[in-house]
Amino acid sequence: MSDSTKDLLRLATIGSVDDGKSTLIGRLLVDTRQLFDDQLDAVAHASQKRGVGDLDLSFVTDGLRAEREQGITIDVAYRYAATPTRKFIIADCPGHVQYTRNMATGASTADLALVVVDVNHGLKEQTRRHLVIAALLGVRSLVVAVNKMDTVNWSPTAYQSVVDEVDTIAGELGFANHVCVPVSALLGDNVVDVSPVSAWYEGPSVLGALEVADAGVWESAGAPRLPIQWVLRQDGGGRTYAGMMNGGTLLVGDTLTLLPAGVATTVTSIRAGSGEREDAVAGLSVDVALAEDTDAGRGDLLAAAPLPRVTRELDATICWFGDAPLEAGQRLRVKHTTRSTPARVVSLDGVIDITTLNVESTRELSTNEIGLARLATADALAVDDYRDNRVTGSFVLIDEVTNATVAAGMVGRASFLD
Amino acid sequence: MTVTPLRTHPSLDHLDALESQAVFILREVAAECERPVLLFSGGKDSAVLLHLAVKAFSPQRLPFPVMHVDTGQNFPEVLEFRDRTVERLGARLVVARVQDSIDRGRVVDPGPLGSRNRLQSVTLLDAITEHGFDAAFGGARRDEDKARAKERILSFRNGFGQWDPRAQRPELWQLYQGRVNHGEHLRAFPLSDWTELDIWQYIEREQMALPSIYFAHQREVLKRDSMWLAVGPHVVPREGEVTEWRSVRFRTVGDANCTGAVESDADTLAAIVHEVAVANVSERGATRADDRFSETAMEDRKREGYF
Repeated sequence: MSDSTKDLLRLATIGSVDDGKSTLIGRLLVDTRQLFDDQLDAVAHASQKRGVGDLDLSFVTDGLRAEREQGITIDVAYRYAATPTRKFIIADCPGHVQYTRNMATGASTADLALVVVDVNHGLKEQTRRHLVIAALLGVRSLVVAVNKMDTVNWSPTAYQSVVDEVDTIAGELGFANHVCVPVSALLGDNVVDVSPVSAWYEGPSVLGALEVADAGVWESAGAPRLPIQWVLRQDGGGRTYAGMMNGGTLLVGDTLTLLPAGVATTVTSIRAGSGEREDAVAGLSVDVALAEDTDAGRGDLLAAAPLPRVTRELDATICWFGDAPLEAGQRLRVKHTTRSTPARVVSLDGVIDITTLNVESTRELSTNEIGLARLATADALAVDDYRDNRVTGSFVLIDEVTNATVAAGMVGRASFLD
Repeated sequence: MTVTPLRTHPSLDHLDALESQAVFILREVAAECERPVLLFSGGKDSAVLLHLAVKAFSPQRLPFPVMHVDTGQNFPEVLEFRDRTVERLGARLVVARVQDSIDRGRVVDPGPLGSRNRLQSVTLLDAITEHGFDAAFGGARRDEDKARAKERILSFRNGFGQWDPRAQRPELWQLYQGRVNHGEHLRAFPLSDWTELDIWQYIEREQMALPSIYFAHQREVLKRDSMWLAVGPHVVPREGEVTEWRSVRFRTVGDANCTGAVESDADTLAAIVHEVAVANVSERGATRADDRFSETAMEDRKREGYF
């Protein structure tokens, strides 16, 4: 392990239950020596105690008692790995349909999805659902581990039939790139090193594919956006506006528009954790000073042209996680960037059929269904389409009684639904 | 597919990215919650957390107090560092004492040499209720333990202070939503995605001050449960135990009677960064007796309201 600084890749594992996601992550961590001796001992001890062999690799990430008892993943486990060039934040997501909201939690911040498919079963409905959600959430790169190849005697034909299925759906959903790798997570073939057991395969190992994947670059695409979190009072009077940058790079001297007010202003200084600077890139927490005196506050947005639209009515794609169905007329609270405001469902405009990707008409959205809806909001919001900006194009819906987060929302609709 | 890796955030290295994420979370929770508090023990993680909080709101004063849950079994060097830091920052310090919980009969006194580690949950929850805090920032990291690896950045606690790992709120993008009803509260973990190595690299980059016991020094120790414990008021040699002087440092700082030292010559931040980068044993595995009770010790304590 090198101790120099490096870049950061966030990835989420997706796929159906029992296809081997947790085992693959366990294998990846063990074979790259990311686990400490005592952690490995604890996994071995727990495996033997529960009678599931000498070393059940899924126990590396399935850390809750109920998960180990039932042999399933209930919620996302976050694990960390580093190679000489990259640092990885790995969200190991559950496969069961009732935990789809947890999978979405893990995938919403991911640059790349590591998809695990059992070669014996091909793409199951739940894997398709996960791929649809990943595509909706804006994940653009896939590394697909075609797993359990040892159980089909490393048959190139069996592998190719999964690859064909993946090629088709990746094309339909519009992923920018995908790489398939034949693996045995259980035995470790093609996980970290390319194995001689699949001499017919000429591509990289899973780790090799992750190390060179060009994911996440779109975070910094488009025009600069700075949602205001907090107003800082400076010594001797004056104010600066704090928040996290996204979109393109902001420079001192840039002209910005304060939204929803629509007032133009100029950036006179930029400060981050390390002090004054000339620029701010996506992902950096900053505070900026403005030339003009404004009444900007939390919930407002500083944006460069092309400007987001200011609206009280949103057409959006909704992943519904609530226990009771979502219906037209329902009242909720929306949180969009740093602004929170009451909202009402004006109309439900369809539900996505996961198998056909068609939009069917519906009167309600049940738990874990994905649909299209029109919302009206009390305050005006400054929004971009989600496909243009992951921050100003996303929101969550909150139950006003329990305060639970009940939906993930994306402004506009994904290109595969056009 | 290109061969050269592209930076996910151009010109942001991993420490800048982690710092920015933590600052974002601190500001978001401070803005959304009525009465947050920052849990500060004087250990390295909470020292980094406090350092980041100061950055997030500079040049203003911290918009929330800091709180220490004092077991009465601390290392004196750590308490000294706590008081010095709080004074330097002009922060308001709330001390919640386990001894007070014992005196009030809320928990049973485990005796002068018994562990008060688990009792802290009661003291913490009582203090949260007494002061009406609706959010508590903690320095916990997901790489520390398998139950922590499962926890959200904003972790909801019900009216009894409990964590329910089977019913966590979805947490999408960076839309951290901190709404709770009266009596419920949140724990917020801005360092969730930091590893032990990230913490030390950041401390070195920022040239932060820390309690002296993190650096290698000569100390009288004894071996118990295959850990080096510091001999002192809370650790008295039992029959058959031999004390000796060794060059040690502490990788984690908890109570004096359940935190082990590691043999080390690392007496500078650069030497510690190097030592952590090549370590074979995890920090809690090496040094924390409190995690060794059972397979799910941390999960069980967290369900009760632990940090």
